[in-house]
Amino acid sequence: MSEAKTIVERFQERFAEAIPYNRALGLQIESIAPDRVFARLPWRENLVGHPETRILHGGAISASMDAICGASVFVALKQAMRIATLDLRIDYLRPAAPDEDVICEATCYRITEKVAFTRGLAHQGDPADAVAAVAGTFMLFRGQGGDLGEKLREPR
Amino acid sequence: MTLVEAIAEARRSDDFGPVVERIPYMAWMGIEMRVEDGSVRGLMKHSDMLIGNYVHRALHGGTLGALLESTAVFELLYSAEAESLPRIVNITIEYLRSGKDTDTHARAFVEKLGRNVANVRAIAWQADEAKPVAAAHCHFLV
Repeated sequence: MSEAKTIVERFQERFAEAIPYNRALGLQIESIAPDRVFARLPWRENLVGHPETRILHGGAISASMDAICGASVFVALKQAMRIATLDLRIDYLRPAAPDEDVICEATCYRITEKVAFTRGLAHQGDPADAVAAVAGTFMLFRGQGGDLGEKLREPR
Repeated sequence: MTLVEAIAEARRSDDFGPVVERIPYMAWMGIEMRVEDGSVRGLMKHSDMLIGNYVHRALHGGTLGALLESTAVFELLYSAEAESLPRIVNITIEYLRSGKDTDTHARAFVEKLGRNVANVRAIAWQADEAKPVAAAHCHFLV
C-alpha cells in the first residue's frame, strides 16, 4: 500500500515535474498553505537575459509566476476544473541578483463563477525587497473536470 | 566585441542573430529574431519543452510572454536604436487563444518613444497573423 502523498508532493510531481515547461524551468514547490503557494526557481545560467550583468530574463520570471499563480488557483478551488490564464501583469521592481535562486509566491484571493484573481511576488529571500510583483487572472471552466485538476486533488 | 558593439553591428547588417546568441535564455528557448519588411519578426521554434498542457499539447503561457517581451526588446534595438538592451519596467500579457505545439511568430510596435520610457505593444500568432494567440503591452526604460 502506498502512503498518501502530501499536497506539496502532489504539486511537485504532477504540476512542477509533469508539465514540461515547469520542469524545464526547474520549478520546485517549497510549501503550500490554503491561501498561498511558495516555489523556488533555482538560479541557472540558461535563464540569464543579459550576458554582461547576468540578470535573469524577464521571461523566466513571468513564466514562473504564471505557473505559480495558476497553482494557487488549483489550491483555492473546491472542485477540479480546467483553468486558463486570461492575463498576467508583472512589475519588474529590481533586477534579480545573479547566482541566487528566486522564490515565487502567489495567493488566489478571490474566486468568482468564471474568474479567479491572484497576486504574487518574486523575491530572493526578502519579500520586502522583491524582484517582481504580479497580478494574474484566470478563467475557470466549471464542469470541465480537467485532468490536471483531478490529479492535484487525489491524495494517492 | 562588447554587447553594445554587437548591437550596433547587428543594426548595420540587419542580422540580430549574433546578439540573440549572446543571450542565454533566448538561445535555450529557441527564440530567434529576424528583420523583415522594416521591422523585427520574432520566432519561437516549437520544442516539447515549451508545452504547458500535455493533454491538449498546448504551449505554456509563460513561453508566449517570453517571446513577446523578447520581440519588444529587439524592436526597440532595431527601430528605436536603443544602444543596449532596454530595461523592462512592466508587462501585461493577454492570452487570446490556446497556443498549439507548433512554431510561434511575433511582431512588436513602438507606440511611443519618450526620452525616458518606451511604450511597446506586441502580438504573437501561429498559423494566422489575424488570429493572435497572445498580446502584450510593455514599458521599458531607454
